[in-house]
Amino acid sequence: MQRSMLDLWVGLFVVAGIAALVILAFKVGNMSTMGGGDTYEINASFDNIGGLKPRAPIKSAGVVVGRVKSITFNNERFNAKVAMSIEKTYQFPKDTTASILTSGLLGEQYIGLEGGGDDQMLKPGDSVRLTQSAVVLEKLIGQFLFSKAAEGGDPAKK
Amino acid sequence: MPHRSLPSVRGMGAATIDAVLRLGYAARFIGLTIAHSGTSLARPRLVVRELYFTGVLSLIIILVSGLFVGMVLGLQGYQTLTTYGSESALGVLVALSLVRELGPVVSALLFASRAGSAMTAEIGLMKATEQLSAMEMMAVDPVARVVAPRFWAGVISMPLLAAMFSAMGIFGGYIVGVVLIGVDEGSFWSQMQSAVDVREDVLNGVIKSFVFGVAVTWIALFEGYDAPPTAEGVSGATTRTVVTSSLAILALDFILTSFMFRGV
Repeated sequence: MQRSMLDLWVGLFVVAGIAALVILAFKVGNMSTMGGGDTYEINASFDNIGGLKPRAPIKSAGVVVGRVKSITFNNERFNAKVAMSIEKTYQFPKDTTASILTSGLLGEQYIGLEGGGDDQMLKPGDSVRLTQSAVVLEKLIGQFLFSKAAEGGDPAKK
Repeated sequence: MPHRSLPSVRGMGAATIDAVLRLGYAARFIGLTIAHSGTSLARPRLVVRELYFTGVLSLIIILVSGLFVGMVLGLQGYQTLTTYGSESALGVLVALSLVRELGPVVSALLFASRAGSAMTAEIGLMKATEQLSAMEMMAVDPVARVVAPRFWAGVISMPLLAAMFSAMGIFGGYIVGVVLIGVDEGSFWSQMQSAVDVREDVLNGVIKSFVFGVAVTWIALFEGYDAPPTAEGVSGATTRTVVTSSLAILALDFILTSFMFRGV
């Protein structure tokens, strides 16, 4: 093996390795939602967050616009305070509704933002007033069973 | 009259002291290697030459195994995910398992058996044929001239090999999942991209493979340098390199994983 051929192979090896890293970063991972300085933070309080986790996506009309930054328990109002990092390019009006939704039947939970009609936009540090908690499946089933029992168990109606 | 079991107790004690001694010698050895790395920096050709032997020659086995691991992941993942009707998450499964675990770990295991054993055998034989002593006679430091370039070549090539393994594996998963089985291509890539985080997953995988690279090369070089200068000694050292570095990789992987992915 000549010196120059050896160098060529090593050069190719290093280039291929770096190319693989770039592929992993851009094609496999999502470089754009890395969460750098181009985000701002808004808060929302939920009565029940269900299975929401930090770093869960925040979607508006199905488009990912940010990530959940942190979830803390508010011990004064006994609800959950969720801090959300939203990308700077997306602005939402003051009367935006934040609801915790589930992708698919068994999928991960995310926050859905639905813009309202207000002229004023949410500024960094603002709170979303209108929130809708996660749907707890057990409660839903309980309500369903309860209403069924109320229907069938009332002989006067028959 | 001493008890019958005394020799074995004595043997255990001697083995323990011996193990601790070797550990201390190994620690001194890596310190010496790093301290004598100046020659490698001043003469990068030495490192380039070793990069050829450890990196380029390991390419074939890394790429082929990566492809097959990814293809198996695609098949197995599809079988399981289709039970829950979520085969669109196949890309996430393949990419996360490769980038986080299988890429760094399997490529490090292959690297240990392909390049690590070769390193040990080479240095062990250099010692057995007294080439290292000859260098010392010529006032050439064998650690700076022989050990340090190999160390840096191993440390540099390991993350690159692991990245190539992961990329190849994802390509294999793509071939099986999308081309052969027919999972939707758009959801394969888009779900993967939304689930794989560059810092959390890709960078942590690179850190893992870097740590494995240091561990494997260190063990391989030390076993070679410390091998008894006989044919038997070199063969034993080669075996020990593969066994010790495989165990070290798996144990380190557990420790690193528990630090990196402790759940969000």
